[in-house]
Amino acid sequence: MTATTEPEVGKARLRKEDEHLITGRTRWTDNIVLPGMQYLAILRSPLAHARITGIDAGEARSMPGVVAVFTGADLAAEQGSLPCAWPITDDIKTPPAPSLAVDTVNFAGEAVAVVVARSAYEAHDALEAIVVDYDELPVVLDLETAAAGGDLVHPDLGINVSAVWTFDSAEAGTGGDVEEAIRDAEVLIERTFRQQRLIPAFMEPRSVVVDPTGAQITMWSATQIPHILKLMLAMTLEIPETRLRVIAPDVGGGFGGKLQVTPEEVIALLVARRLGKPVKYTESRGESMLAAHHGRDQIQKLTLAARRDGTVTGFKVELLADMGAYLRLVTPGIPILGAFMFNGIYKFGAYRFSCTNVFTNKVPTDAYRGAGRPEATFAVERIMDELAVELSRDPLELRAQNWIKHEEFPFDTVAGLTYDSGNYEAATAKARELFGYDELRREQAERRERGDAVQLGIGVSTFTEMCGLAPSRTLGALSYGAGGWEHAVIRVLPTGKVEVVTGSSAHGQGHETAWSQIVTDQLGIPFEDVEVLHGDTQTSARGLDTYGSRSLAVGGIAVVKAAEKVIAKAKPIAAHLMECAEDDVEYTAGRFRVRGTEKAVGISDVAMAVFAAHDLPDGIEPSLDSEATYDPDNFSFPHGTHLCAAEVDTETGQVKLRSYVCVDDVGHVVNPLIVDGQVHGGLAQGIAQALYEEAEFDESGTLLSGSFAQYLVPSAVDLPSFTTGRTETPATGNPLGVKGVGEAGTIASTPAVVNAVLDGVRHLGVRDIEMPCSPMRVWQAIHTAQGGAR
Amino acid sequence: MIPPDFEYVAPGTIDEAVSALAAAGEDAKVIAGGQSLMPLLRLRLAAPTTLVDLGRIDELRGVREDGDTLVVGAMTTYYDVLRNPLVGKHALLIAEATRTVADPQIRHRGTLGGGLAHADPAGDLCAPVLALDAAMTVAGPSGRRTIGSADFFVDYFTTALQPDEILVEVRIPKHTDWAARYEKFSRIAQDWSIVAVAATVEVDGGVIRQARVALTNMATVPVRARGVEEALIGQQASEELIRAAAEHAVEGTHPIADGNADAEYRSHLAKVLTRRAVATAAGV
Repeated sequence: MTATTEPEVGKARLRKEDEHLITGRTRWTDNIVLPGMQYLAILRSPLAHARITGIDAGEARSMPGVVAVFTGADLAAEQGSLPCAWPITDDIKTPPAPSLAVDTVNFAGEAVAVVVARSAYEAHDALEAIVVDYDELPVVLDLETAAAGGDLVHPDLGINVSAVWTFDSAEAGTGGDVEEAIRDAEVLIERTFRQQRLIPAFMEPRSVVVDPTGAQITMWSATQIPHILKLMLAMTLEIPETRLRVIAPDVGGGFGGKLQVTPEEVIALLVARRLGKPVKYTESRGESMLAAHHGRDQIQKLTLAARRDGTVTGFKVELLADMGAYLRLVTPGIPILGAFMFNGIYKFGAYRFSCTNVFTNKVPTDAYRGAGRPEATFAVERIMDELAVELSRDPLELRAQNWIKHEEFPFDTVAGLTYDSGNYEAATAKARELFGYDELRREQAERRERGDAVQLGIGVSTFTEMCGLAPSRTLGALSYGAGGWEHAVIRVLPTGKVEVVTGSSAHGQGHETAWSQIVTDQLGIPFEDVEVLHGDTQTSARGLDTYGSRSLAVGGIAVVKAAEKVIAKAKPIAAHLMECAEDDVEYTAGRFRVRGTEKAVGISDVAMAVFAAHDLPDGIEPSLDSEATYDPDNFSFPHGTHLCAAEVDTETGQVKLRSYVCVDDVGHVVNPLIVDGQVHGGLAQGIAQALYEEAEFDESGTLLSGSFAQYLVPSAVDLPSFTTGRTETPATGNPLGVKGVGEAGTIASTPAVVNAVLDGVRHLGVRDIEMPCSPMRVWQAIHTAQGGAR
Repeated sequence: MIPPDFEYVAPGTIDEAVSALAAAGEDAKVIAGGQSLMPLLRLRLAAPTTLVDLGRIDELRGVREDGDTLVVGAMTTYYDVLRNPLVGKHALLIAEATRTVADPQIRHRGTLGGGLAHADPAGDLCAPVLALDAAMTVAGPSGRRTIGSADFFVDYFTTALQPDEILVEVRIPKHTDWAARYEKFSRIAQDWSIVAVAATVEVDGGVIRQARVALTNMATVPVRARGVEEALIGQQASEELIRAAAEHAVEGTHPIADGNADAEYRSHLAKVLTRRAVATAAGV
């Protein structure tokens, strides 16, 4: 009984799920084999924009093992349109989005035909025998050109702009008029930054198995969102919800890339239903990179107004956001998630945000770790550095001048959010100390003085983010198609062991361990006695799944609320067992005690009494099982200060990170190992955006970065040893005081690294370097600034 | 993706392998460690009718001395090359380059001969082999022949090996106790070389007696930097000497342009990396 002596929450427990996840001896979707199962292979368009004039699948149909070939025409009557659940404006343009293309293809990689065969090998062999005739159409790739008009991705819509969404602090009453601030500015910083396209690159490629036999259709999918997927499939395909069961078994990562209702899932379901046999589709890595949704891809035009003393008076943000060819599940809303974050941790007098969502002939974009918030944080943290340079101020000192002071919380921001808590001073002071800021500045000065080939750059980024998605009312106000609550059930078994059912299904985050730690403390039972169940809509009937750093701050709180109900139900029974009045019983440290005595019982004693039900007080239900649905009142706002020292080889342009310090404030910590793991992985992904990763297309719209040979995902050897520190300013909006950590590292690290690179070479005349800051780009920037011919 | 159907044979001797290759016809392919061929098969960029696997031929593995020559069996893995003290003693440049190949898993599977026969312009062992004037012994239906490294690399992914021939061994003239440096430039550790420079020198009393330099990925084949060598040989090693010599690095190169580097940047890198490779090797 550890719980009565030492709290579980806060312990650095090894994750109970890791043994099976790391060894792979587990239930990945692709491991599932069902009797009579058929295998799917999908033919994908090699062209970015074309009319399909004919498909000849005759030879493919006659090949060994081939059961059927279906084209878009075959499925057109039943496939519906893939759902977009976030129509951000009333007049948003939403083109029909078939799972299998019917008469046109709008990006290279779009599904055109599906082969069903008795083995995956035979299915792939037959793909090569299908002949598709295409009439090529003009390809629209460049975001600015597309926004301006010209050739259209969807001629029927008459325009490439899907929607324009604005927020203005003067109109909203949250701040002043940004145009006025710009007019009156003593200093004006105008910059345009580009957020390159990224590929989520989850470890397990997507996979789906559908079993249509019996009264219910069962789908196993490597998805982040079994509950939303079930609902969307039911609505899109007009299947009663009662006839669908969706299971996300063990899922190998997602990073937002599996927050989707995919064409492949719809195709597999329709084919299985049509054939009456189980089917499996597992994508290759190449298909995953080509056809699973991408992330980011924005052009950010920024104007920062300030006074000479460094006070920022206004910030104007004009975005162009690339939707790709279709609006997937939450495509249009991703840039809007950033709209409330461009002011970062600062007190800006006025703010205006506008975003123009634009179609291009590229694979659709959608959620990718951070979703809108990394873009916003990059913009504000890069431009704060530019202001510091302009005013010859230390970048940390300038930030401190503008940030919200600890004593000013709760704080209503110019973007209309209420930050409940924060202590930017403490996090920054700690980061500065861990980093050795002053010493590194000295070394930097010496290297500049000597003109060393390898220069040192110091990069700063602070951040906050809105996470714990989200108060349902707020989502409703943003036209989002669902709420933001989360659900939990606690089942108390006769032996006192407990099953916790969570609607927030994990795909690597460590819910099993963290939820067990919470319940251990709440119910006073051993950690080992808690089993966490998730990811199956039959076991977990209600849930809104895992994304937006919401699991702990929303799903974890639902678990706490359910546990409180268990205790409330157990208390009269405990009193009855101890033969005292309920009012004399207090529940402390996991035990029901008779006040003022040594007499006590635990939840397991009550559980057996409830199971037997031989002697319960009158009118008491013989069950301790409880459920709770929790809808948060506000977002949570983790924050932090990240400092990066980068060595820039001015002769080659190579950037090497020498040290990286981050101090994150994620509120109370349930498990420090899980927090560190999230931060490390997040840093790697954010640094990857700064230095390595980019989804590039050629002029015909073909993806050039179609494998890990071209799309460079860094590994541990490419990264420095991270120094992670923490401050703990509890969130005030939930009983655990937790905030969420899933995206923090990704959000802050990208600007910290780019700021460091620029800080290393700015004295050579370099003003900006586009991401990723590849050696060639860095070298070219230096070479050009030094007057070299280009 | 999933490869198309193919036949698979795994002979136990070189002679059996040569016969198997001949019997399988011109669309057969030899597989060594599989670290380049397997991805091509999975992507269906290669579709051989038969794979002749050399993995069970013990006589293709190992390192031995033959007078003034170090002989490395074609199927010796990178890991075994690195571990072998003879390589470090007599062909340090080979060890230095092998150390930079991909990651530990790949170095345990991939082989020196496989890498050379694949002849990827960005492959890391081609330039060192060229710099050291190694020769390749190949076996075919009409017996064995030896091909000098200058003639072995013909073009992009193309060698002088005939379709019915197997690379048996790499014969490297001993460069005993020469200093060496393989200066590799890539964006992430597991990536191919954007440019790399293989340099090995014999320094005596501060004078560069001998120098051999070759470049990776500056043309469709590895390029010997004779101009650099000539500028170094017989000279007192110094920063100025090496800097001036490195200016010759781009002679005879035909750098390609890709997403990582345009031709101008590649040429620039070749000079910088040549300077660094030679300086490190020469201890300057």
